[in-house]
Amino acid sequence: MTEFIEAVQTIPLIRYSLLAGIVSAFTFGMVGSFVVTRRISYIAAAIAHSMLGGIGAAFYFGRSCDIAWLTPMLGGLIAALLSAAIIGWVSLKASEREDTIISAIWAFGMAAGILFIHYTPGQKPNLESYIFGNILVTSGSDVTATFALGLLVLILVALFYHKLVAVCFDEEFARLRGINSGAYFLLILALTAISMVLMVRVAGIILSLALLILPAATASRFSQQLWVIILASITLTLIYNTCGLAMSFQLNVPTGPFIVLCAAAVYGISFLIKRNRA
Amino acid sequence: MASAHNLCFRYQKPLVLENVNFQIRNGESLCVIGPNGGGKSTLLKLMLGLLEPTQGELNILGKAPLKARPEVGYVPQAMRFDPLYPISALDIVLMGRLGQLKVGHYSRACREAAMNALEEVSLADLAKRPFSDLSGGQRQRVLIARALACAPNLLLLDEPTANIDLSVEEKLLDTLSQLKEKIAILLVTHDLDLIAAVGDSVLCVNRRVHRHTLPLSGEVIKEIYSGTQRLEHDRQTRHSQGDHSACQHD
Repeated sequence: MTEFIEAVQTIPLIRYSLLAGIVSAFTFGMVGSFVVTRRISYIAAAIAHSMLGGIGAAFYFGRSCDIAWLTPMLGGLIAALLSAAIIGWVSLKASEREDTIISAIWAFGMAAGILFIHYTPGQKPNLESYIFGNILVTSGSDVTATFALGLLVLILVALFYHKLVAVCFDEEFARLRGINSGAYFLLILALTAISMVLMVRVAGIILSLALLILPAATASRFSQQLWVIILASITLTLIYNTCGLAMSFQLNVPTGPFIVLCAAAVYGISFLIKRNRA
Repeated sequence: MASAHNLCFRYQKPLVLENVNFQIRNGESLCVIGPNGGGKSTLLKLMLGLLEPTQGELNILGKAPLKARPEVGYVPQAMRFDPLYPISALDIVLMGRLGQLKVGHYSRACREAAMNALEEVSLADLAKRPFSDLSGGQRQRVLIARALACAPNLLLLDEPTANIDLSVEEKLLDTLSQLKEKIAILLVTHDLDLIAAVGDSVLCVNRRVHRHTLPLSGEVIKEIYSGTQRLEHDRQTRHSQGDHSACQHD
């Protein structure tokens, strides 16, 4: 463990990853709890995978048109928000089957990402690092972006907590009380999209999805109050991210998969403990 | 309180409600009955402003349904909700005060109003209990408390006794008969005990509406729910009114 502490002090990459993990734990705990209790983890999965399209497009246009500010993170964020808006709109308005649209966006995003990367000029970016995460690519600006987006999510949830809960529990009644239910549902999807982007560098697309869902799913087995589930999810994610990073460093194994395996194991073990529910 | 004049509604081609005319007066409680697919829920949604009439007029508390929403309490069926959703009875009742909430937390006045509403349905001691731990009857009473927390002048209920066993239903009947003294109630139900306990009169909805006084005779009940006699009932009513649009007969 002392080696890890030394590494945190001396190696910026490890320090950035640790900071990104700590900051994103708060976002993940909050948003994950809404996603799990509202039963929209499948939508979160589609949003996560569609990010690959945005990341690929950012690489392609960034290099071919020489746009320096078009970073993969920004591309991923735009793609995630766009998918959230389309799925949300279909879910609220259109008569098309929601699950069909979710699957279509999921597949389209990944396929577009791979094609964009294929045509990107110069050295091909390593797609695997975006799918499974790679702490060695985390930078100081990633941590700043994580912190800023995390703060935005925190403020929005704090301001609209009760309205979000009302819309999740009974969208129709909230509408009857003058709440714009559709807008709040879209807000939840947008927060999900933002959270996904936060951890994509460290944990990758697929694994950040697991990190969003598993702690909240574990916590919701033992509490029937949303704010308790949120606090428990934040605590669990903090433990997974910090201990996972330290142990994977110590054992020299890939960080993202290691963190997710720990989270999945705890979720599995939680089934052995009697559920606190009548 | 509420009135409909030549109200028609269609989702696609066929009319779900046709030339509906009725009136609820102040302090009256009206039970809406009729076969499945007859248009009961559609009528309720129109009254809540969730649907727009295809034709005709609907007046709730002297206003258009959308404008009247703040004064209308709505109680949906308790079975509609996710039984695992993590929320307490009090938090659900507080949703009745959502109109008063801008950002942040509910005010002390809102919490007091919610507790009073829970007391009114005799559930104040279960305020902190998770919704999922409550019985079917208690859940339904929590939803009634939520509607009462809106301080409504008109209360609309959608099959409040559906999926509830007889022992818990009694408590619910008590609650509703007490409420009936204070506010106008319109409730959709198939439950004849509920109609006897709460209703002043009955509105039979089956594309058109017919109004019946209580008690309902066995023959009328049979007519309402039997498919073969429904058309005859419809024809007779129109004939006795000499009118093709209005179908009220008291």
